[in-house]
Amino acid sequence: MCLAVPMQLVEKNGLEGIVELGGVRRKTSLALLADAQVGDHVLVHAGYAIAKVDADEARETLELLAQLGEAAGLP
Amino acid sequence: MKRPERILLGHGSGGRLTQELVKESFLPAFGNPFLAALSDSAILPELPPGRPALTTDAFVVDPPIFPGGDLGYLSVCGTVNDLSVAGARPLWLTWALILEEGAPGELVETCAQGAARAAKEAGVAIVAGDTKVVPLGKGDQIYAVTAGLGVVPPGRETGDHRVKPGDALIVSGPLGDHGATIMGCRHELSGQGLQSDCAPLASLCEAAFESGADIHAMHDPTRGGATVTCHEVAARAGVRIVLEEPALPVRPEVRAVCDLLGLDPLSSPCEGRVLIWVDAGDAERLLAALRAHPFGREAARIGHVEVMREGWSPVSLTTVSGSERPLDLLSGAGLPRIC
Amino acid sequence: MSNLDLYSDPHAVKALLARTSEAALKCTRRVTVMEVCGTHTHAIAAAGIRKNLPANVRLISGPGCPVCVTPVNYLDRAEAVASLPGTVLYTFGDLFRVPSSRGSLEKLRARGGKVEVVYSPRDAVEKAASEPATRAVFLSVGFETTAPTVAAALQEAEEKGVKNFAILPGNKVVPPPLRALASDPGVAVDGFLLPGHVSVITGARCFGFLASEYHLPSAIVGFTPTDVLRGILEIVTQVAEGQAEVTNLYGRVVTQEGNSAAQRLMDRFFQSADATWRGLGTIPASGLELRPEWAHRDASLWEVELPAPREPEGCRCGEVLKGTIEPPQCPLFGSPCTPDEPVGACMVSSEGTCAAWYRHERFKKGALL
Repeated sequence: MCLAVPMQLVEKNGLEGIVELGGVRRKTSLALLADAQVGDHVLVHAGYAIAKVDADEARETLELLAQLGEAAGLP
Repeated sequence: MKRPERILLGHGSGGRLTQELVKESFLPAFGNPFLAALSDSAILPELPPGRPALTTDAFVVDPPIFPGGDLGYLSVCGTVNDLSVAGARPLWLTWALILEEGAPGELVETCAQGAARAAKEAGVAIVAGDTKVVPLGKGDQIYAVTAGLGVVPPGRETGDHRVKPGDALIVSGPLGDHGATIMGCRHELSGQGLQSDCAPLASLCEAAFESGADIHAMHDPTRGGATVTCHEVAARAGVRIVLEEPALPVRPEVRAVCDLLGLDPLSSPCEGRVLIWVDAGDAERLLAALRAHPFGREAARIGHVEVMREGWSPVSLTTVSGSERPLDLLSGAGLPRIC
Repeated sequence: MSNLDLYSDPHAVKALLARTSEAALKCTRRVTVMEVCGTHTHAIAAAGIRKNLPANVRLISGPGCPVCVTPVNYLDRAEAVASLPGTVLYTFGDLFRVPSSRGSLEKLRARGGKVEVVYSPRDAVEKAASEPATRAVFLSVGFETTAPTVAAALQEAEEKGVKNFAILPGNKVVPPPLRALASDPGVAVDGFLLPGHVSVITGARCFGFLASEYHLPSAIVGFTPTDVLRGILEIVTQVAEGQAEVTNLYGRVVTQEGNSAAQRLMDRFFQSADATWRGLGTIPASGLELRPEWAHRDASLWEVELPAPREPEGCRCGEVLKGTIEPPQCPLFGSPCTPDEPVGACMVSSEGTCAAWYRHERFKKGALL
């Protein structure tokens, strides 16, 4: 029930958008995320964008993971 | 080439319409003296030395035209590849069509030309054919059924019985392209790099044999993808196969389609790849030979063979995060999911 | 940011497991963490996490998979609707092989029933629009992640005048079964891994009651190996320290309030209803039905003949879903209930608890960590 993938919004026309991931594009509805802008990364579920991916939060998480890996002193 | 706008029942009845279709569409595409003789059977020259190899295949792909190929091209590649991975040099193919009344003539022509192109690339001849037409609604535009005859040169012996613990498993290129492309077509996913990997692999397989590497077995991972192929080999050879997730070559486009639809690249069919089980000591030599070939540039070592132990999973995957998990056969078709 | 592999980094995974082991040492008894999302079940199995957890940390799968919890009578009704003249069923792939009283949607197709698998409810609206002579019925299952997409599809059908599009409502919501599990003395769960994408819609605040009313530490997490492990670590740490908070560890997409546009759209079309959960029985206010003003799009109101529902005898899915027994303790497990011939809900989904157990736990461990 939760299969959703982060993709980038590359085109927008009202509530219709085109999202892209790994060179693959699909149309998506922005009916649930009307204020998404081209360039935003959005979470896409069943053909609808449902949330924006917060870049700062994502970066913090990745930094945390990097620190965890280093702190464990692994090669 | 004068082609019908739509296929009619008459095109399958053997009379004037059938003859026109054959003469106008198929003969010019396949152009060889065996077929041109138009007799009931193709009388072929004597086989070169070695053991004959015979295969048959049926093709029902939907959509029949897809990025990277069409049902015609696919049908010849698939047949040639079945022979090639068995160690045979492919020689002659048959090509039979079951057309649905109302199928566009353009579609049939595209598929005939695709088959012809594949045959030329593979260096084989389509020497016999047949065309039947079923009433509207009783088919799905175009199906193809083939047979392929080749010869295994003397001294070449591959087979699952030769696969043993310690062997390296190599794949000739990225996994899952064809399956992901077809699923992409069905669910409106598109991308320049999303193309079927459909290709005739006769010369790639010959390059592999000519490298001198001690090749134990070869398979093309079609239906069910690499997972099914590995299960089949593991069962027949009585061994355990472990794949390494970080080593699996998967195109970003294929990864994206799989992520979106909830599919697994390892279960997604390939139509232009070969999996090779080779003596571990010869893995590098084989990789070099594959990478020197246009269809093997991205060849990679993706796993190894272990002794099978009671209660252990026959096929496993070492995940990106470092743990090992069993890689099971899917029950039923891989369908897009939300969960 | 969209490179999911970064969230699977093996060094971070090892570090998280090590920290979880340290935290688990401070726990005096076994800690049971329950996840309630089919996608989590799948992600956890795919990452091979379960067997690498410390011995006293148990990770179990609760009722989180829409496939597993969709009751037999929903599928029976879907099959009955499919047999009405001109009807075409549109469904997510997840439902295709779920057993009904007489077979499944897959088997229905083989008998001539019109069933098509779609990726999005929008696809069903489009197909309905392009085939006005048919009656399109979308099988609407899934939780709060999916319900708004169905609502949006209904909205689109209304706006575009697609009269022949209807749904068979079967959506469920997550908080009520959590309450039921949390208040069930027979269920020994110490904390919940909460569904990240449901939370995207509902907002993190929706789950606060687990801590405030039931003192159950819980974590909202995403679906990569490090996301799941961070959640387990957080819960085990809190259990060791006697704390109970609901922590949002998926801040990159989950906010406190959630997606208000999605919530409004859901509210426009759906209202709360009691719902039957396969294996768990009826849970009040745990489902969504269409509001009366949308009766013209409600296929559950159509007159059909239903077979007497047949719950399989001996099936103990309910207890498996609550985590009170493990799959091998069910008398049907393995024979006759297998992934190829599933009897109950837990074996149906490819990563339902029993299916996952059958396929993964039967084998000896081959962990490299």
